[in-house]
Amino acid sequence: MTATTAGAPGAAREGARAAGGRGAEPSAWYLAPALIFFVAFGIVPLVVAAVLSFTTWDGLTPPKFTGLDNWVDELSDPVTYNALWLTLKVIVLSWVLQTPLSLLIGVFTAGRQRYRAVLSALYFLPLVLSAAAIGIAFKALLDPNYGLGHAFGVKALVQDWLGNTDLVLYTVVLVIAWQFIPFHSLLYQAGARQIPPSLYEAASIDGAGRVQQFFSITIPQLKNTIIASTTLMVVGSLTYFDLVFILTQGGPGYATRLLPLDMYLTGFQASQLGSASVLAVLLVLIGLVLATIITRVSGFNRMTSQQEGA
Amino acid sequence: MAVTTSPTTTRTERPAEQPRPRARRRRDRPNVVGAVLGVVWLAIIVVPIYYVVLTSFSEQGEFYTRNPLVPPGDPTLGAYRQVVESGIARYFVNSVLVTAATVVVTVVVCLLAAYTIVRSSRRFVRTSYSLFLLGLAVPLQATIVPLFFMLGQLDLYDTLLAVILPSIAFAIPITVLVLVNFLRDIPRELFESMFVDGATNGQILLRLVLPLARPALGTVVIYDALQVWNGFLLPLVLTQSENIRVLPLALWNFQGQFSIDVPATLAAVVLSAIPVLVLYVVARRQLVSGLTAGVGR
Repeated sequence: MTATTAGAPGAAREGARAAGGRGAEPSAWYLAPALIFFVAFGIVPLVVAAVLSFTTWDGLTPPKFTGLDNWVDELSDPVTYNALWLTLKVIVLSWVLQTPLSLLIGVFTAGRQRYRAVLSALYFLPLVLSAAAIGIAFKALLDPNYGLGHAFGVKALVQDWLGNTDLVLYTVVLVIAWQFIPFHSLLYQAGARQIPPSLYEAASIDGAGRVQQFFSITIPQLKNTIIASTTLMVVGSLTYFDLVFILTQGGPGYATRLLPLDMYLTGFQASQLGSASVLAVLLVLIGLVLATIITRVSGFNRMTSQQEGA
Repeated sequence: MAVTTSPTTTRTERPAEQPRPRARRRRDRPNVVGAVLGVVWLAIIVVPIYYVVLTSFSEQGEFYTRNPLVPPGDPTLGAYRQVVESGIARYFVNSVLVTAATVVVTVVVCLLAAYTIVRSSRRFVRTSYSLFLLGLAVPLQATIVPLFFMLGQLDLYDTLLAVILPSIAFAIPITVLVLVNFLRDIPRELFESMFVDGATNGQILLRLVLPLARPALGTVVIYDALQVWNGFLLPLVLTQSENIRVLPLALWNFQGQFSIDVPATLAAVVLSAIPVLVLYVVARRQLVSGLTAGVGR
């Protein structure tokens, strides 16, 4: 469980050295309240989850130690693999859908034109809405009887978007995108505003068109932002719970039973909290592994200083 | 950086009649494709919101038959009345309590922690900071089963405190990160000169750090408040009684309760979103800087 948050420990060391040395250092007790809260309700639960994964517990009677039973059960259960497969599918589909759109919207809203400022105020609105509100709104909006599809008089738009096993996963990915593209656009907007304008000026003097500039200046300059956004998106995909829970409750059948949803339903609907703990441990491990892989592969640690140099 | 920049041409003096022809062309030609796509995306964002607001003003029976994007013939507040009568005020108060308690505690303990992290070089402090940052990568979802167990053991299940305590824990990593990044920019000499003048750490915190850190505190207050206000999973798992229900959970219950009464459900959605929309209008800048705080450095 190390080195998942890129560059941070190094930064901590550097800052500590800069601040230290002189006498006025505050006592470490100042740190205690935050540390106690965080350890008690953030770290200890991870340990408790690991312990509970070796017990059988229905939530009412005390947990009974049953060794590896839950692990054997969960790891031989096709539902678990289905959940893993669906989660992977959602991660890939979300990335493919959200990254290009967020990039374009972010770069577009980074422009200083007045109309773009007005548009971006509206674009970022979903940022503040709760997943519960978005889920309920889309559930109504996608309804085959009274949904939005009826507004356009196109038969193809009147579908049981959330009830059709073949469509539902794609529908869910689209609603997730509606909720999260604003956030990723915001990251790209912040990144794009840091690109030195001189690069564009020089390029247009050389006769580079808008499209060419986008591919040869904007995208390379936003490399760090793309990596950061991808990391957040991939790791965040493991936590898509609220929205999917409200939209589909994992159904129809098992069609949208993603890993976090599988954990919730196993634990709190089927009352197998020991087995749910196995899935919780898997969720944490997968999250940490994915975060580590992305930071390693992209060499994010090494590149953090690139932007200043550009 | 595949673009070849040619500094010689940029710096050359040009005749006054045609100043920097190409650079100008870029400014003058409006980006039509961009603008059109921008409007398309606007529709994707706005139409669902418009649909929700419009439907919430419709008559229960009428909205099945009309075009969902045409305003209702006689808009009614009936759905809102129904939601208010079913006790949304209670859930609103619960949400305010949970949010306020979480934010106040989080910000106080994190300011103390961030100050220590910036000013101290002890190994223990550095290790703790790494631990906080590790928390950014742990999915909250994974802790609900053990939290359910732990809070049950503590006899806190089905209390507001059961939601508040883990909410604080999960707000700590990002809050510490934002505050540490901000406090690092305060010149060391300021701390030292106050210390030389005989100020204690408590006095430095109150008289120097607190006033200087106000913008960063604004950012974390707004960011944390939004996260807690919108939180759904913790209340879903850790509470049960109606009298301690928070808004997002209430929305979910309204949906079951009103099932076919879609205008009422959507009126509840609109009412629950009003506070955050006000926040969005009033404090968009802080909100945005909070959201991008952990990234793009």
